[in-house]
Amino acid sequence: MVTNITNLGRSGLSDWLIQRVSAIILAIYAVFMVLYLLFHPGLDYATWSGLFSQTWMRIFSLLAFISIAAHAWVGLWTVSTDYLKQAGARFAFQAVVMLAIFVFLVWGVQVLWGA
Amino acid sequence: MSTLQISIYRYNPETDSVPYMQEFQLDTQGRDIMVLNALEMIKQQDSSMAYRRSCREGVCGSDGMNMNGKNGLACVTPLSEVVKDNKLVLRPLPGLPVIRDLVVDMGVFYKQYESIQPYLQNDTTEPTMERLQSPEEREKLDGLYECILCACCSTACPSFWWNPDKFVGPAGLLQAYRFLADSRDTATRERLERLEDPFSLFRCRGIMNCVAVCPKGLNPTRAIGKIREMLLSNAT
Repeated sequence: MVTNITNLGRSGLSDWLIQRVSAIILAIYAVFMVLYLLFHPGLDYATWSGLFSQTWMRIFSLLAFISIAAHAWVGLWTVSTDYLKQAGARFAFQAVVMLAIFVFLVWGVQVLWGA
Repeated sequence: MSTLQISIYRYNPETDSVPYMQEFQLDTQGRDIMVLNALEMIKQQDSSMAYRRSCREGVCGSDGMNMNGKNGLACVTPLSEVVKDNKLVLRPLPGLPVIRDLVVDMGVFYKQYESIQPYLQNDTTEPTMERLQSPEEREKLDGLYECILCACCSTACPSFWWNPDKFVGPAGLLQAYRFLADSRDTATRERLERLEDPFSLFRCRGIMNCVAVCPKGLNPTRAIGKIREMLLSNAT
């Protein structure tokens, strides 16, 4: 048993499950977006804005944003523990990644529910 | 057939400050001998060459090494399988500290093996004769018990290279599953608990280098997947 306090779920099993589930959500969201763009070739601002004004689309998008946040943290945490052998550098990298993920997530919420 | 060009990793910590590659020429007289036989012939040219060997038939697991970029047992690998353009490059197993030439320090590999407690644990009363298994129960151990701990798989695994102190590695995990799958073992819960952190088992990224190099044709990736299934059905 190896102790860790910086990984997302505090357990390898939960990180693994989060990574798989978030990947499925992101795949569905990506396929939806590609299909939507294909079926709306002359997309204008009103249609695009109309899509995101609907509650289900906001929930779907927020789910995708949270998934990408969790997915990125599990993935980049793994990368940092593989390749950054110096603890200080590793912690600094993790802090920067965590801050970036937090900022993007809050920003995403603001975009979805903002004006 | 012209003479074979063999390039061998040399390092003697008592005399060399850095490792170097030494070139040898070998006349195999057109025979397709095993890499180990070639090494023995080279040792007659240069007796300072160090490597491990014992049974010379793929049972003891002593002569694991990197041959033209791929790990394997020198004693059961014919030259025809690895030699390219009449050249053969022999290096020690990657990722482990080199003691001398092709001899590596397997300490960390054995430590990980030890961590999975590779022995049967049963807290029920001992029967007078023996603990019986049905043929079906015994069948579950096929493809697991055959491992000879040659370390070819673990030293071909990047996850083991980066975290040999934390990731158990394919060889250890194959043995972990060997005891998890054993109907006579009762320590399943404790065994699973020791593997659920982010490193011990979950550092496996499923690239299957272990499967590609195993000289016994075993499949550690499948065993790791089975352990993951057990962990998942236990915890959800």
